[in-house]
Amino acid sequence: MKKFIVFFFFLIFFNSTTNTSFSAEKAAEPMNPGWSFKGFFGTFDRASLQRGYQVYTEVCASCHSMKHLSYRNLSQPGGPEFSVEQVKIIASQFEVRDGPNDDGEMFDRPARPSDNFVSPYSNDKEATAANGGAYPPDMSVLVKARKGGADYIYSLLLGYDEPPEGISLDDGVYYNKYMAGNKIKMSNPLSEGIVEYADGTQATEEQMAKDVTTFLSWAAEPHLEERHKIGFRAIVYLIIITILVYFSMKKIWSRVESEV
Amino acid sequence: MSDHEYIPSSKFGKWFNDRLPLLTLGKHLTDYPTPKNLNYWWTFGGILTFCLITQIVTGLILAMHYVAHADLAFGSVEHIMRNVNYGWLIRYVHANGASMFFLAVYIHIFRSLYYGSYKSPREIIWILGMIIYILMMAAAFMGYVLPWGQMSFWGATVITNLFSAIPLVGESIVTWLWGGYSVDNPTLTRFFSLHYLIPFLILGLVVLHIWALHVPGNNNPIGIDLKKPSKDTVPFHPYIVIKDLFALLIFLIVFAFFVFYSPNILGHADNYIEANPMVTPAHIVPEWYLLPFYAILRSVPDKLLGVIAMFGALFILVILPWLDTSKTRSAIFRPLYKQFYWFLVADVLILGYVGAMPAEGIYLLVARVATAYYFAHFLIILPLLSRKEKVLDVPLSITEPVLGGSVSMSAVKQREDKL
Repeated sequence: MKKFIVFFFFLIFFNSTTNTSFSAEKAAEPMNPGWSFKGFFGTFDRASLQRGYQVYTEVCASCHSMKHLSYRNLSQPGGPEFSVEQVKIIASQFEVRDGPNDDGEMFDRPARPSDNFVSPYSNDKEATAANGGAYPPDMSVLVKARKGGADYIYSLLLGYDEPPEGISLDDGVYYNKYMAGNKIKMSNPLSEGIVEYADGTQATEEQMAKDVTTFLSWAAEPHLEERHKIGFRAIVYLIIITILVYFSMKKIWSRVESEV
Repeated sequence: MSDHEYIPSSKFGKWFNDRLPLLTLGKHLTDYPTPKNLNYWWTFGGILTFCLITQIVTGLILAMHYVAHADLAFGSVEHIMRNVNYGWLIRYVHANGASMFFLAVYIHIFRSLYYGSYKSPREIIWILGMIIYILMMAAAFMGYVLPWGQMSFWGATVITNLFSAIPLVGESIVTWLWGGYSVDNPTLTRFFSLHYLIPFLILGLVVLHIWALHVPGNNNPIGIDLKKPSKDTVPFHPYIVIKDLFALLIFLIVFAFFVFYSPNILGHADNYIEANPMVTPAHIVPEWYLLPFYAILRSVPDKLLGVIAMFGALFILVILPWLDTSKTRSAIFRPLYKQFYWFLVADVLILGYVGAMPAEGIYLLVARVATAYYFAHFLIILPLLSRKEKVLDVPLSITEPVLGGSVSMSAVKQREDKL
């Protein structure tokens, strides 16, 4: 049994080592501000999610799409949990192209909660062309698509700095400590007070970075709270049944003079 | 199949069994005499059966919602994760299930290597097992392509390109495999079709694997032939069933930790980026369970020879029963073999590690040494050991060891320590 456990830990260790040291150029180790959604009982901070959505929609969404989410997701349990009425209002602020109607014509209408998030550009090529040749990645699963996850996104948002001496940057390229190669084509998106939080929270850069990263973490893993909850129950159940089976096994094998 | 004829008690049972002896088969399976000294390393056969069924059931459900199309596959996986009821659970069980399947199969294979389970009269069981293993790798590789992320796409490109190393017809074969001039929609659809097919081939082979096992019966830790049934054996049910169940539950706890608390740790972050033929990831790495073979492939400078080495590393396992001709099965009685066994384990782990690292500098050197050692183990060390090694005395039975003392295993261990 001991060997099993050793093997298991080896596997975990092995995997954590295989995923490191891949960036072509040195990037700083990401910061960890402490996330409420990590750990066995981790849940999202509801207020932070709502603020994060505000940052996303007012700042990020002018370039970054989030095409795998629907407006209705914003009211689902385990998410920002806006009310259904609020979500209807949020959705109606966006326009979607629908049709063809009975006359065979396409038309624009306000979005409904069942619609997917409206993308800022009509296609990837347009998005790339409008952003100096760098495609602003879709944010639906961005947190899962980056090594370092939430820590990395949070750090990147706060990682803008003056380039050290000897590093020259082209036009439209910025220096960021946490980016692989330290060069990024996104300008610093956050500045103090760029959004005005509805709940009165001070919109510092750290606060906004943390809120929007929390929101993106939820967007990438909308069932995280449910997963943690079911996981805990499943494991407790498994442990109890394992103990019961263990004693049954001992009882059955007591008929044979052999070790189990 | 059974030594004694089984007669069902009910009238219907008898009527049915006369026409299709399914109940006789069931009786054979429950009565099946099993060595009573099997340790927990023997529980992985049952665990693997569970893994296969889990993969088939979860895969079946995923296939109901998945769309095998280059433009839609990535989105359909996200649809499963977000909108399908418990889709996230089913997909995470399936994705992590593949890793757990390989974890179990590696333990199963190394158990066989340690206790000499591949030796006469069990060669066919071993060869069937190796075919299952190779099919598992094919199924896992194709399954990893289906989400159509960056690693899916580029992994598929790298692996299918291996066939271009074949002289003369290589390029044509690759075009044929792709269904075009690059990895694209036709590649995805055929991979999906094959990914659905292979598990059922595996299932059929598992039936043969178990059938072949039930002819000579299980090997056991001391590797001796047993009289069956005898004082050395217990009926499969309930003794082995309950023990396998206990081991399976422990395994499931580990499984659950991965599924519920780190479902993406065994995957690569890049696979959450939709496939893009215009952008190559900095490092293309396969899933962890393929890394040792990837290391062997990259350690040979010539492409064709590299491919030959990689497939050779698998083929050499198939002919293992004829490379290791020692009559003694269990490593317990083979002190030298036991050492080399652990060297091999270390060697494979090292290969796995360097397989994940960039193929340059010290990693490449280590990969080359480890590859050479891997082949040397099977082609030089095992044949030599078979002839030269001085083996320890083997007890004649589990309950009545010739060595004296009470329980054979502890007696053997004591004796070994003295030597």
